[in-house]
Amino acid sequence: MALVEAHEELPAWSLPAHAVEGISLSSDWPELVDREWAWGGSTGSNVRVCILDSGVESGHPLVGEVEGSVAVSIGEDGEPVVEEDSEGDLCGHGTACAGIVRSLAPGCRLYSARVLGAGYTGSGRVLLAGLRWAVEQGFEVVNMSLSTTKQDLAGLLHELADSAYFRRSVLVASAHNMPVDSYPWRFSSVISVGSHEGADPLQFFYNPSPPVEFFARGLDVEIAWLGGATIRASGNSFATPHIAGICALILGKHPELTPFQLKSVLHLTATNVAPA
Amino acid sequence: MSEDRLRAVVAAGVLGSEEGNVALLQSVVDVARAIFKASASSIFLLDEDTDELVFAAVSGEGSERLLGTRFPSSKGIAGWVLVTRQSLVLEDVTGDPRFARDFAEQTGYVPKGLMAVPLLHGERTLGVLEVLDRPESSKFTLAESDLLGLFANQAALALDLLLAARRARAVLEEGAGEDAVVARLAAALSRLEEENRDAGLRLLEALTETLERK
Repeated sequence: MALVEAHEELPAWSLPAHAVEGISLSSDWPELVDREWAWGGSTGSNVRVCILDSGVESGHPLVGEVEGSVAVSIGEDGEPVVEEDSEGDLCGHGTACAGIVRSLAPGCRLYSARVLGAGYTGSGRVLLAGLRWAVEQGFEVVNMSLSTTKQDLAGLLHELADSAYFRRSVLVASAHNMPVDSYPWRFSSVISVGSHEGADPLQFFYNPSPPVEFFARGLDVEIAWLGGATIRASGNSFATPHIAGICALILGKHPELTPFQLKSVLHLTATNVAPA
Repeated sequence: MSEDRLRAVVAAGVLGSEEGNVALLQSVVDVARAIFKASASSIFLLDEDTDELVFAAVSGEGSERLLGTRFPSSKGIAGWVLVTRQSLVLEDVTGDPRFARDFAEQTGYVPKGLMAVPLLHGERTLGVLEVLDRPESSKFTLAESDLLGLFANQAALALDLLLAARRARAVLEEGAGEDAVVARLAAALSRLEEENRDAGLRLLEALTETLERK
């Protein structure tokens, strides 16, 4: 059974000669893709970014307005339930991620899907249900500073990640800093992020030796925290929203980009790839 | 004592005593605390039956008093780390009233900063390692992050030993659970005549291969 309803339009399974003209795609990619072309002048406006985390404190000075919040839990019948959420943030981490995305893409539209608070036992299924909801909503960017080690969920997550990839939802996921088999960051259909030690929020590196594909600012970052507070923190889970924010900037200027093209732009504008 | 019982007791003995395994956990938090020059370090064990985190080893502030204390598995920073399998380093969180309250309730000691890392063992998440109040003056580095990961790996191995020994003892004491099924199977196999036993062994080997297949 497919996890996500197929697109209404039938996919093209082959390309007859008469259909070639129909998929002619003009490209305005310049000979040299640089950061100015990629996101110069963009604030990420109209790009919807979903923070899949512990909830987000709406109205935090570093976060601003959160346009929608849901919470995922396990219902009485044992099935995951997605409901509107008024709890805010149960831990502080989701607010931190939202603040980082906002600092890079001030014009983006933030949403929260809370997948924390339902206990450990159902957490894998809650994560899966939250991600499924986010993909169904068609968020252009989904920030996931979380993962699961459960092999029986890996297949379902993989299917969902691939589905998001073809539906133009970019999943940006935190990598582990140890060689751990966890998901979804190991999948090639998501953008995986680890940390570098620099202090520039726009500095990021493409890693030619995956599975971690990009490194972004993740150490000693000033972040939003509960109660309108600001603290300093470190972890790959803070590097991830840096890349999510940069994705929002790029998509704000080039909304037509597919996740595959977006990843190419990230590669071409990475600090270790872009010409000096 | 029957021969089977003797073997089980010997096997449980080989797995190590509760005290020995707890001492191993304690040494992990003691060394973590010393290496990071921190004020305290704790290992929380996940109790999947009750969906709670339990203080399994504590070094430093509040050590004796906290052992065995429980709190919900998705609460606070340790809960976030457990559920997301991501490590986290926070500096100066005293301005967050909920953080301070959670800690005060759990430990009676409110740190300014903490490092928390999940204890992963294969597919399983066994608990969380926390290191409280490393010196503020030093900026957190990737080298420290790697060190924390190494300690977490050691703590996860120690927890796995502790849990295995507890399961072995549970078999001896209660004769219930999945380990008891395996023990009964072994006993049944040993009672078979040679021809049937060979067939049984082949069947079990096939079953083992199936179970090990990813």
